[in-house]
Amino acid sequence: MTTFLAPTLSYSLLAPILIVLGGAVLGVMAEAFLSRAVRPAVQLSITLGSLVLALAQLWRIRHAASLTAAMGSVAIDGPAILLQGSILIIAILGVFLIADQDHFTTLAAALPGSPEERESQQSGQRLTEVYPLTLFAVAGMLLFPIATDLVTLFVALEVLSLPLYLMAGLSRRRRLLSQEAALKYFLLGAFSSAFFLFGAAFLYGYSGSLSLSGIHTAIEASPGNQVFLFIGVAFLSIGLLFKVSAVPFHAWTPDVYQGAPTPVTAFMAAATKIAAFGAMLRIFYTALANGYWQWRPFLTVIAIITMLFGAVVAIAQRDVKRMLAYSSIAHAGFLLTGILALNKAGLDATIFYLFAYGIATIGAFGIVTLVRDSSGEVTDLNRWAGLGKRSPFIATVFAFLLLAFAGIPLTSGFIGKFSIFSAAYESGNRAVVVVGVLSSAIAAFFYIRVIVLMFFTDPVEDGTGVVIPSILTRATIVVSFVITIFLGVFPSPVLNLITSTATFIR
Amino acid sequence: MNSAWLTTLGLLPLLGALLVSVLPEKNALLVKRIAFGTTLVVAAVAIAMATRFQRDNVNFQFVETHQWIPSLGIKYAVGLDGISLVLILLSVLLAPIVILAGWNESLGGRWSVKTFYILMLVLETMMIGVFASTDVFLFYVFFEAMLIPVYFLIGGYGTGARSAAAVKFLLYSLFGGLLMLASIIALYVLSGDQGGHTFDINVLSHLHMSPMSENMLFLGFFIAFAIKAPVWPFHTWLPDAAESATPGTSVLLLGVLDKVGTFGMIRYCLTLFPHATKTFTPVILVLAVISIIYGAFLAIGQTDFKRLIAFTSISHFGFITMGIFAMTSQGQSGATLYMFNHGFSTAALFLVAGWMSSRRGSSKIADFGGLQRVTPVMAWVFFFAGMSSLALPGLSSFVSEFLVLVGTYTRYPVAAVIGAFGIVLAALYILIPVQRALHGPVTEGNENLLDLNLREKVAIAPVVAVILILGFYPSPLLQVINPASVHSIAKVGFSDPLSSIEKAGK
Repeated sequence: MTTFLAPTLSYSLLAPILIVLGGAVLGVMAEAFLSRAVRPAVQLSITLGSLVLALAQLWRIRHAASLTAAMGSVAIDGPAILLQGSILIIAILGVFLIADQDHFTTLAAALPGSPEERESQQSGQRLTEVYPLTLFAVAGMLLFPIATDLVTLFVALEVLSLPLYLMAGLSRRRRLLSQEAALKYFLLGAFSSAFFLFGAAFLYGYSGSLSLSGIHTAIEASPGNQVFLFIGVAFLSIGLLFKVSAVPFHAWTPDVYQGAPTPVTAFMAAATKIAAFGAMLRIFYTALANGYWQWRPFLTVIAIITMLFGAVVAIAQRDVKRMLAYSSIAHAGFLLTGILALNKAGLDATIFYLFAYGIATIGAFGIVTLVRDSSGEVTDLNRWAGLGKRSPFIATVFAFLLLAFAGIPLTSGFIGKFSIFSAAYESGNRAVVVVGVLSSAIAAFFYIRVIVLMFFTDPVEDGTGVVIPSILTRATIVVSFVITIFLGVFPSPVLNLITSTATFIR
Repeated sequence: MNSAWLTTLGLLPLLGALLVSVLPEKNALLVKRIAFGTTLVVAAVAIAMATRFQRDNVNFQFVETHQWIPSLGIKYAVGLDGISLVLILLSVLLAPIVILAGWNESLGGRWSVKTFYILMLVLETMMIGVFASTDVFLFYVFFEAMLIPVYFLIGGYGTGARSAAAVKFLLYSLFGGLLMLASIIALYVLSGDQGGHTFDINVLSHLHMSPMSENMLFLGFFIAFAIKAPVWPFHTWLPDAAESATPGTSVLLLGVLDKVGTFGMIRYCLTLFPHATKTFTPVILVLAVISIIYGAFLAIGQTDFKRLIAFTSISHFGFITMGIFAMTSQGQSGATLYMFNHGFSTAALFLVAGWMSSRRGSSKIADFGGLQRVTPVMAWVFFFAGMSSLALPGLSSFVSEFLVLVGTYTRYPVAAVIGAFGIVLAALYILIPVQRALHGPVTEGNENLLDLNLREKVAIAPVVAVILILGFYPSPLLQVINPASVHSIAKVGFSDPLSSIEKAGK
């Protein structure tokens, strides 16, 4: 007979996640009991309030280092705090964009074109389920990069994914496209989760342990069946690579980015990448570091084709959201070089890159939400022609963010690229660096093409214009712009912070 | 000891740009005056600085060093040797001339007059920075960042297929820049292995590298500079860019920006990779000789003044490259002096060609005829500029071309002999258009052209004066250049070959 022991939880260390989950539950309550008129404002304050509170709590525990916060299934250490902080900051900016409820359908459950839909639109009353869904997703994202056993990882993966599947289908306009995106995302996501689970089972079979440190010990001792290890790592990686949209697991990315409401795309593109790469960092750096000969070759190949494919295919895109989707695929490839580096410099560089890229992404999508005509957002790139003339400020900021994606000096993207490639070079992986540099050159082509369209092409009078942004959207864009410059010109404080704190504990 | 000269010099145009940016949009005249005044002040400060330059000191002077991004070993470090001093003087002297000569060229642009001058002034800061930096990373930042203002200057204010030319220019340069970035990353990692991450050029020039990696890194830098210069076969962007840009922008593009390429060969290729330089010298000399002959032949075939001047420049850049890689102090001094002289003779050619084409509304050579009778001053200035371009004895280009050929002949006689044919071809490509456009009967459409006005005369007078004075008395510049040239040749491990009389003496 085993006696049941009550788990000892360190609540203060888990508080950021718990606060966000509490906020989410509160949001569900509000959705159920409050009148529709007051709901949007209340939901927004609950969401922002819990995110800010979580961030404040994270600041209080910033020096913590613990493996026992939740019976050994999460680790609170430097990278954990940094990644969680990045996710929360991105989430706050993302909620600023989500607050522009014009992008969301009033009644998600109604069939597109049905009388119910029309009725709810005419009544002007809306459901605001997107807020609690966002919070649930954020909670999953906060847990994902700190989980230290495979079951917790899987739970976190599902908690972050399920709300995102729903959120992708909430678009107000072009609802069928949006719902198709949601379904696609869900089906492929479910597939990849199954792969993840399958890989976890094989790793358990190999090591007899579900915890990352147990797998690490097993690899060090190197007993067991190496084939199990290989299969386990491969399938686990597939699940993770799907989330970061690496080629060949990227097929969902352009459709979902295009179909989802743009604020959701912004949040998803920025925050999911941080969470998923955060988890990858922890898994590969702590559990699988000693077995690198099992996974480095294929991950190298995937990084190379991801960079090249993303950059090349992006050139052919005619839709700004699809272009940004392929650009995010290319960036996933760049980030994979940081995972491959497997050294301290690689860890630091990946965390910096994730933050810089997330901030720039959310700003760029924030701008996409503003370019509209009478029937909603205009994402066709040809209709962005001459935007520089219509609204020079917005076009300049967008151009600047694109230059940051392209990695031009004096932007955060350049520092990120420089540090991540130098880490990869330091690890001796020169092929990846050369391909990375070449695909940056290819990528520069389509970023610059957009700049040409905005500034060097005469506007077409077809009603496309830039709406006046709400205060929150404006805040997102300005913050993203300022941080992108700041990280490009004075990256030292952030780099130092990351270098001094980012050390994994096993 | 930190000297504030260079930082002050670099900040002045930025201050001017800031001042321009707060001026009212309507008052174009004031904007122009402020911009012109700023460049005059910068030129005066630069001349004052040059008088304090110690000629015989081969170390960097006016050194200033601050930490910039300590965690990556990046410093803000500037300093001058004889070569960079000459090039900075070239930049700051051409800037006011260009602004005065092209007083109205900002009018036909996509954007306001104000934007034009802001871009110009920002570009001036970048030009000073790129020549002054002694930290490889800082150099790279300026090298890349200066593309942006030029890109907008060509694409926004040029003529014809301006946006296509601007994009071609930018992509070519970015591609080269990214290859250089890969090499810089490698240097960074190597320096980390050998005593701490740094980008200080003095430290990097003592790194130990395997021959293989030294060759690869050399190529990364060299291709970037060969695109910039441009050396055949990397030249195809230049004629398009020069044709589309405004005359003033073209002067800065060919006169100063392209010199960054040849300057980079001396400062970075030679000092950082002495062994690889030796390995590649024969190949590069072949490319240089091809550039000389190929550029000259294509120039003969051009029907457009601006393209003609662009191709003559490719020929001249062949001479400069040949002088640099001749590995003699005469060749190197000649090359540096050539950079300065080419800046002025191209300025004269381009400015006059610009005035001609803006009066006639075309830059086709065939559209002109008999200008000598209608507009004698303009015609004679063009003739004078042409003579300077074909290196007529008594004009400045002759001295430098002669030095390059002498310097090359002592070590590589074949290259020098073939290169000398470039002079013969130069007579053709200059005299044919001179004959067609200036002499003969006045053709239709040219009867009512106006001669140069006072502003234009004032703008071109200093250029003519410099060409004449340096033709007869080049020693003030040579005294500054020579010690630096001897020093950089010695760093590669070469000394000047002995003459046969000296050999006989031994």
